[in-house]
Amino acid sequence: MKDDIIIRVISNLLIPFIQLYALYVLAHGDLGPGGGFQGGVIFASSIVLYVLVYGIDEGRKRVSQKITDVLNSIGVMIYGGIGVACLMFGGYYLQYGKLPLGDLKEASHLGIYGIEIGVEVTVAAVMITIFFEMARRGND
Amino acid sequence: MIIDFILLFFLVVSAIAAIRMKDLLSTVILLSAYSLIMAVVWTRLNAVDVAFTEASVGAGITTVLLIAALSRTRRWEGNGQREGFKSSKLFDSHSLLSFIAVLVTGAVLVYGTLDMPDYGDPDAPSHHHVAPRYIKGSLEESGVINMVTALLANYRGYDTLGETTVIFTAGTSVILLLRKKRAQ
Repeated sequence: MKDDIIIRVISNLLIPFIQLYALYVLAHGDLGPGGGFQGGVIFASSIVLYVLVYGIDEGRKRVSQKITDVLNSIGVMIYGGIGVACLMFGGYYLQYGKLPLGDLKEASHLGIYGIEIGVEVTVAAVMITIFFEMARRGND
Repeated sequence: MIIDFILLFFLVVSAIAAIRMKDLLSTVILLSAYSLIMAVVWTRLNAVDVAFTEASVGAGITTVLLIAALSRTRRWEGNGQREGFKSSKLFDSHSLLSFIAVLVTGAVLVYGTLDMPDYGDPDAPSHHHVAPRYIKGSLEESGVINMVTALLANYRGYDTLGETTVIFTAGTSVILLLRKKRAQ
């Protein structure tokens, strides 16, 4: 579809805003609806849009297989790692209040941000991976 | 009030149409429409977090992934019946039997809902168990204004960790199953 100038221009315009919106959803998960899961899905959909317009090979140049494979597990590791960090500072697993980041309220707020980032990374990477692997018809 | 009935009507129509459709691409689009209507219903019920998830996951990425899956299989549904079975008498009695079974199960379920508290009833048991504790304490204990986020990430952090692991497992399985096929 990349020969169609309307689709190309509109998607080029939209993709950065979709990605910015995904980060907004992540960052405002504590104030309004949203969070890591929704933000990750929205971020993945911007990559899907890019692939739909420019094709799989061009998409893989932007988001390489290696990066998504690594990010798949990095997100879960961030989540689990914050839990282990809580253990190390004398709390229970995932007891964010024990993190040395200020008082109880602030520490758990930042801990929740941390795990939301982990969720966002994993969800976005997995959705992108599934889409790339599913839509790989022309090549195999 | 009237908009709830309109939404319910379109919900039922899109669900039945999705079942009846032989063109699987149309089915996927109808399911996407179903999710979108469902997102509006969640918003009407003031469950904006669920509505957001339904809109982005149900109506958004699921549709794309199902269409991608269709590109690997076929677009048209096969009739799915064994040969010579379609118009025989036996099949008709089978479908009649299953219709009765569905009807009875549905009646039992509707009967079960009669015991449930009314919508928005402040005396409902679910509003007197842990909910008051969360409403009072979640801001102090988690520092997060959105109570849903506080619940998901703090009080039920293990649940969310499990969900993230499920997503990770799904991604790993897709890599293992589909990438191997490509290398052969």
